[in-house]
Amino acid sequence: MMKILLVDDSRTMRNIQKRALEALGPIEVSEASDGVEALTVIAGAPDGFSFMMIDWNMPNMDGITLVRKIREKDKATPLIMATTEAEKTRVIEAIKAGVNNYVIKPFTPEEMIGKVKATLAKKVA
Amino acid sequence: MSSIATAPAAKAQIDPKLIVPAMNSVKAVFETMVKVAVQIERPTIKATPGVSYDVSGIIGLSGDLTGSIVLSFPTASATKLVSAFAGCELDPKSPEFPDAVGELANMIAGGAKKAFGFRANISTPNVVIGAGHKIARLSDVPCVVIPCKTAMGDFAVEINIKQIGVAADANR
Repeated sequence: MMKILLVDDSRTMRNIQKRALEALGPIEVSEASDGVEALTVIAGAPDGFSFMMIDWNMPNMDGITLVRKIREKDKATPLIMATTEAEKTRVIEAIKAGVNNYVIKPFTPEEMIGKVKATLAKKVA
Repeated sequence: MSSIATAPAAKAQIDPKLIVPAMNSVKAVFETMVKVAVQIERPTIKATPGVSYDVSGIIGLSGDLTGSIVLSFPTASATKLVSAFAGCELDPKSPEFPDAVGELANMIAGGAKKAFGFRANISTPNVVIGAGHKIARLSDVPCVVIPCKTAMGDFAVEINIKQIGVAADANR
């Protein structure tokens, strides 16, 4: 079963993402509303996650800081940034920080699943 | 629907490069995430200090642009539109309701910010619910109201933005 971590300060957005991710088959979803909470969830998940979807603008710890902190210890777990930050400079910054893919809000469920599948396919390859 | 008091654009000017991106972003967000077509009406300049309606999602801007973008709904429209966005019925008294309003405002501001072409940051959203609330605005630039119509009800986007820096190459 795929284990997924969704990090977004909007519960509505996390619910939308969860519903879309059901297209992947059986999934187990963990959630966090900011980077600080995400690090706590990650520390408490010894088996890790199949991938994580991370928002950029969040209180307490934003997504780009969270990505950098994750990558200090974990170079392998696929990280997908799901955000309204759409400028090319932001995308480049996120890739340099260590994200594997980027999906810009607003997105359709199909667009989001497409990015997830592409990300996981690269991991396998 | 209560009328929105607006003034003819005698002294203040509506800057298309700050308004057109917002109009496009509104359509993209509502058509993609709420799955409702939006008819954008002619933007006008706001004459009164209050917001247009009872429910406001507020995004602040900083950097080379400063000011705010406000997504404003009558309660009835908000209930239908955010419920459609969330994929379930949302009660305006529930904590999920302002969360959904804020996320819609966040996406509209984010999409507009990219198209503005300036280096700017957007705040996390604030949501105010209650008839007659007022929002402090920049007094030296006009507040432009973009009226929007959908099959689920009307709403408005209010833009009060001032350019400080020069247009950046954030998209190159």
